[in-house]
Amino acid sequence: MSEKGMFGVAGTGDTSGYGGLERQQASANSSQRPYGSYFDDIADQLERAYPEFNDAIERVVVDRGELTLHIKREKLVEVALVLRNKLRFEVCLGVSGVHYPADTGRELHAVYPLLSMTNNRRIRLEVSVPDSDPHIPSLVEVWAGNNWHERETFDMFGIIFDGHPALTRILMPDDWPGHPQRKDYPLGGIPVEYIGATVPAPDERRSYR
Amino acid sequence: MSTFASSRETTEGRIYSVTGGDWDDVARDIGSAKEERVVVNMGPQHPSTHGVLRLMLELEGETITELRCGIGYLHTGIEKNTEYRTWTQGVTFVTRMDYLSPLFNETAYCLATEKLLNITDQVPERASVIRVLMMELNRISSHMVALGTGALELGAITPMFFAFRERERVLDIFEMVSGLRMNMAYIRPGGVAQDLPSDTVPKIRELVKDLRKNFKDNEKLLVGNSIWLKRTKDVGYLDLAGCITLGVTGPVLRATGMPWDLRKTEPYCGYEDYKFDVITTYTCDVYGRFLIRMQELEQSLRIIEQACDKLDKLNGAPVMVADKKIAWPAQLSLGGDGLGNSLDHIRQIMGTSMEALIHHFKIVTEGFRVPAGQVYAPVESPRGELAAQIVSDGGTRPYRVHFRTPSFSNLQSTSAMCEGSLIADVVAAVASIDPVMGDVDR
Repeated sequence: MSEKGMFGVAGTGDTSGYGGLERQQASANSSQRPYGSYFDDIADQLERAYPEFNDAIERVVVDRGELTLHIKREKLVEVALVLRNKLRFEVCLGVSGVHYPADTGRELHAVYPLLSMTNNRRIRLEVSVPDSDPHIPSLVEVWAGNNWHERETFDMFGIIFDGHPALTRILMPDDWPGHPQRKDYPLGGIPVEYIGATVPAPDERRSYR
Repeated sequence: MSTFASSRETTEGRIYSVTGGDWDDVARDIGSAKEERVVVNMGPQHPSTHGVLRLMLELEGETITELRCGIGYLHTGIEKNTEYRTWTQGVTFVTRMDYLSPLFNETAYCLATEKLLNITDQVPERASVIRVLMMELNRISSHMVALGTGALELGAITPMFFAFRERERVLDIFEMVSGLRMNMAYIRPGGVAQDLPSDTVPKIRELVKDLRKNFKDNEKLLVGNSIWLKRTKDVGYLDLAGCITLGVTGPVLRATGMPWDLRKTEPYCGYEDYKFDVITTYTCDVYGRFLIRMQELEQSLRIIEQACDKLDKLNGAPVMVADKKIAWPAQLSLGGDGLGNSLDHIRQIMGTSMEALIHHFKIVTEGFRVPAGQVYAPVESPRGELAAQIVSDGGTRPYRVHFRTPSFSNLQSTSAMCEGSLIADVVAAVASIDPVMGDVDR
């Protein structure tokens, strides 16, 4: 990442910060071997234990000392079972969503942090699906603790986890319209008056990029 | 005919809805029915559900056949809100999630932010030691609430008074250091908001001495107490396999004999330099979890003492990263009217340096930029693994902040712990999980 000026100013140098500049994607390209740390070992083990490795895994990203495997959704359950049974990733710490509206065809991402208590290792699985077809197979059968986490991700992002025993809203009321943590869902809020001046709602204030 | 128990015919037979009144009247009305299946709604306003937790219990006599949790009553959209504030402002939001251990939320958030900024190893040692010190004090105050309210919910009132007396002493230290008793926003990306006041360390040493003595009082009240044993032993059973598949961490996991503590397995903030033990029991029940919390208090005191020794050696060292593009420019100080920018700093930026004023303005209003990427930063909170999962798109605001909170994951195990047991044991089981609803609902 290249730094431009002290405060990252680019273009006209307008530092008022006002104006709806586009947000950039947070995406990393696939990393090349060697990955470093214990990540090569995990990749080797997974390739040995799961022959369809190259078909199932879209990308391997190593960034800031963390390994992320981007997995095709059709293969998610198979890979999860291999990781749990063969590579000893006994614990799944849940799932959370991220919404990338600009990533056409892969708008919704589900992120699963995994932990191997046996080997004291961590990896992350990431699955991306289009907004028009937001289905991901459920992992409740593999890690029972994902039950509430998948409900929350459905509630907040509208990702439908196929095979979940009871995929209902969990934090928002049952009849709530929309999925609040999507980027196109407004934050809401009201302007606040303070000593004669009015401060607009948080999502309508001027924003710095 | 009672006005409390109205009945109606449904596909499942006749259903009586009872919303209050004299149970004798209700029993007389229902007496003729053959079935004894009762669905009881407990909460969200109930003195023993630790906040706004709603439990839906299906009973066969006094035995629970099915239990479901209803959560979301305290959902405040903290994760979404952080997407509209700078990285520094984010601290003031996440601190409000687990309101009994705010410093852990702040630390997880700041560790994640620092990892994104690639400045983890630039955080000054004194800042890390202060973080450890404050977190361990916070662990004590949080465990005191867990033990005190847990005992209160099972009918023991005195332990609650003792526990809250001790907690108050700890909160006094928080107030002295940060100006606030809770939701301090004291830990900031790059370090801490301000250095400790000069007389803090002696005060803490004194407090440690008192606490060590007072914890014994509480121990005498409960450990080995036959009523307490009857209410807690073999109650709320959850073994290692159950914990692992449900993603349960913290004291509940350690009560199965698993010595899993992130302070040991993945040290952060320099925890590898402190001597302390990971407490385990093998009972898998409420009593074991209670014992673990009791003994973790002593371990926290040990860490606090070591942190105080380290602080003596690091007197005067910086508490914020040296990088001026990240560090908060203002020196905060506690004035007569509360916490604010120090007058020296105001005098300097207003009177002597235009550049310093611009710098202050830019950092405070615009904030700093964080390189794009995604990280996961876990810490061992009093309740288990608390992790901040943060995505940055390279801007001055987080792109997505998700907190993997221990209360949320651990609360899922309530059904596994309670189904098949008596209704009175639900209270003990929920208390032993120690869920904080702010942490569950965020």
